[in-house]
Amino acid sequence: MDFILDPWPWYVSGPLFALVMLSLTFFGKNFGMSSNLRTLCAIGGAGKWASFFKFDIKAQKWNLVVVLGAVIGGYLGSHFLQNQPDIAISASTVEALQQMGFQNPGASILPPELFSLDALGEPKTWAILIIGGFLVGFGTRYAGGCTSGHAISGLSNLQVPSLVAVIGFFIGGLIMTHLILPQLF
Amino acid sequence: MKYLKFLSVGIFFGILLVKSEAVSWFRIFEMFRFESFHMYGIIGSAVALGAIGIALIKKFKLKDLSGQAIEIPSKAKNYTSAIIGGSIFGLGWALAGACPGPMYVLVGTGAVSMFVVIGAALLGTFVYGLLRDKLPH
Repeated sequence: MDFILDPWPWYVSGPLFALVMLSLTFFGKNFGMSSNLRTLCAIGGAGKWASFFKFDIKAQKWNLVVVLGAVIGGYLGSHFLQNQPDIAISASTVEALQQMGFQNPGASILPPELFSLDALGEPKTWAILIIGGFLVGFGTRYAGGCTSGHAISGLSNLQVPSLVAVIGFFIGGLIMTHLILPQLF
Repeated sequence: MKYLKFLSVGIFFGILLVKSEAVSWFRIFEMFRFESFHMYGIIGSAVALGAIGIALIKKFKLKDLSGQAIEIPSKAKNYTSAIIGGSIFGLGWALAGACPGPMYVLVGTGAVSMFVVIGAALLGTFVYGLLRDKLPH
């Protein structure tokens, strides 16, 4: 059982992500998670404000079911299929995070300094989570896809716009990681 | 029952995101510092295998489960929005450590704070919808 309970190496995980994408293709759908944000906005009545949210919601129901499954999968994976929650990040990453003030980098899936309930007592945490989430929601829709829709589905289909978007993901990610995050911690 | 297959794929996707550690803020931070091959190996091998799969589907004109010819839509050739929107997403990805799949998976792992991220992501998508006609694509 250890091969399931231990973290899955990239050469197992990567092909399985391709399997997820190809399964949805054989079900007649397209793998892309960020569309769900648009669907949820539409369900919340956003169509009253912008025509972008006026579309056939029913045709997107399957993707919301994938989201529901993903939540269940997250619960099962973290509660029953994990020996330890440690994330085996490299020694140099641990060192960099310690210098930024993180106590036990890699001891849990998420840094408690940012995502624990205690951390929500700090206005700074709220600012980070809200700004981060907002940029993700705005950026993916503006770019026309996220890691699943552009990086996996789009690149697999040799789409140049997806390559441009992935280059954008890295421009933003590198600026945040190297220039902005060190100022915040 | 026709949604059972989508629920199954979703559950598998959620487990996979946890077990591959791609849901971890730490892995994203490490990736953008180029200090491990892990995330590049995942995305690289997923795309390599995915590209072979898509090429075979096109070559043999395969049909989906309902018997219809599989059509794989091309992405709109909006390079301006791809680079600007992509960069905006990248900033958020590295800050909140979660893209639009993992944010739901993390709720399942018990990360209550993710509701704040999801709420803000919905707001971001809504604001994009409002500004869409004024933005360069």
